[in-house]
Amino acid sequence: MALLEITNLTQYFGGLCAVSDFNASFEGRELMALIGPNGAGKTTVFNLVSGFYQPSEGSIVFGGVNTRGMKPHEVTGLGIARTFQNIRLWHDMTVLDNIRVSQHYHLGYGVADNFFRTKRYRQREERIESTAMEVLEALDLARFASELPKNLPYGVQRRVEIARALSLRPRLLLLDEPAAGLNSADVEGLISLVRWIYDNYDIAIWMIEHQMQVVMNLCTWIKVVDFGSTIAEGTPEQIQNNPDVIKAYLGDDTI
Amino acid sequence: MIESLFQNILNALQWGSFYSLIALGYCLVYGVLLLINFAHGDIFMVGAYISFFVVTFLLGNFGLIPGLPHWAVLALAVPLVMILTAGVGVTLERIAYRPLRRKGAHRLYVVITALMCGLILENGNLALLGASRRNFPALVDETVITVGGVNMTVLKLAVIVVAVLSFLFLRKVVVKTKIGMAMRAISYDKFAVPLMGIPVDTVIVFTFVLGSGFAGLAGLLFAMTYPVLDPYMGAMIGWKAFIAAVVGGIGSIRGAFAGGFLLGFVEIMVVAFFPSTFRDLIAFTILLLILWRKPTGLFGVARRTKI
Repeated sequence: MALLEITNLTQYFGGLCAVSDFNASFEGRELMALIGPNGAGKTTVFNLVSGFYQPSEGSIVFGGVNTRGMKPHEVTGLGIARTFQNIRLWHDMTVLDNIRVSQHYHLGYGVADNFFRTKRYRQREERIESTAMEVLEALDLARFASELPKNLPYGVQRRVEIARALSLRPRLLLLDEPAAGLNSADVEGLISLVRWIYDNYDIAIWMIEHQMQVVMNLCTWIKVVDFGSTIAEGTPEQIQNNPDVIKAYLGDDTI
Repeated sequence: MIESLFQNILNALQWGSFYSLIALGYCLVYGVLLLINFAHGDIFMVGAYISFFVVTFLLGNFGLIPGLPHWAVLALAVPLVMILTAGVGVTLERIAYRPLRRKGAHRLYVVITALMCGLILENGNLALLGASRRNFPALVDETVITVGGVNMTVLKLAVIVVAVLSFLFLRKVVVKTKIGMAMRAISYDKFAVPLMGIPVDTVIVFTFVLGSGFAGLAGLLFAMTYPVLDPYMGAMIGWKAFIAAVVGGIGSIRGAFAGGFLLGFVEIMVVAFFPSTFRDLIAFTILLLILWRKPTGLFGVARRTKI
């Protein structure tokens, strides 16, 4: 059974067709890219997969479960985590708290436990703390644990956001333009980080990215969309030489 | 002289307790949704009426469980009133605010909706129960105890203690519990919250449960202290508690609590030295001056530690 199976996905916003007849499937652990010019409907696909929009037509089946009608937090519960194009950390909570918030919901305890400081409370609290620190350490972020994200460099904020998504132990990680706004050194770091995550976690990764350096280095399969429709897909080599892709990115040479 | 000063301080603490309890509700909802829930004062009024019915019912005036001792009536009334009033708050959220939030309405429309909900509660009450005032049955012993020339009643002290305990409770919930953490996360970025697996609507409902529950508690205490109820009792005190929350720094639990007591003190002290008709004029001039110096309120930092 495929991990993720997207069939004939279509999304209209009023009269605008943002995504049209989109198909994709993750057989298992894969590192796939979704590329295309700005406004091609890439983020809309991610918003549909993570449950933010309800598709106008088509279906999304994750791990055998059709996600139609599910709320975003329920979809997250199935094992899909994501990051955002513009970083959406909780900027006035510490890095550690950012990760603990989501942990809390999964290893939660009742309000009563909290007030009476039950054994369960203390055990859970320790487990939450240690899981959160584990993720931070794995991503080399432990030293920033008590900092506020807004005081950290952009590249570090990106890593914290990835750490927060990873702490949910997802089976599919959606990265929405993880390299946006990074300098070239940070981009190198990001490439090795994503590679490391892919090698060390049992996880499939799907990324939207504009920087070809990142996509060509990491991904084994690339899907190109433009105006909501898939115009090409294949291995990095195939995509690099595809005339339709070149046309979509650089324009038609006949003016 | 010194006795009258202590007397005034005690009165101010009690009066401020009511403002604080109501201001905490404004603050919780604002902290999470950035919504000024203008119906909150009227939820307090509904809480007072619910108290009236619950207490009359338990006292056996409608023929049920006659002969229940007064302390037992009170012990049952507190949780019942809080639960029922919380139900009213949650109902408002469900039928009035949530549909607007779903459609992505601008905050302004939600605030106007809240104002309308307040008017509906007031006038609904007027239509259902009539304009005649209700007398709240006496529940606790109202013997005046005099300590060093200062008059107090058990009720007066209890009101202050309840307000302080409520503040400590809410503060702990917001800072320490998982749901409190989720509340803070929603106030920073609502969009990212569900994608961390946290059900936003559940957290918002919980916020309304807390805010309205404590408004209900304030209603019960208020009805016991000033045992005359009318449908418009929540309007003015609600406005004032809202102003208190803003002066304290809206969004900050500490600010709402301090703001409520500040307003209580200013009002009582003005009356102690000036004719009582000057009360609101002078009180709000002072609050205006505070905001003029510090527009974010006493404990508020511009869009920082919300809630």
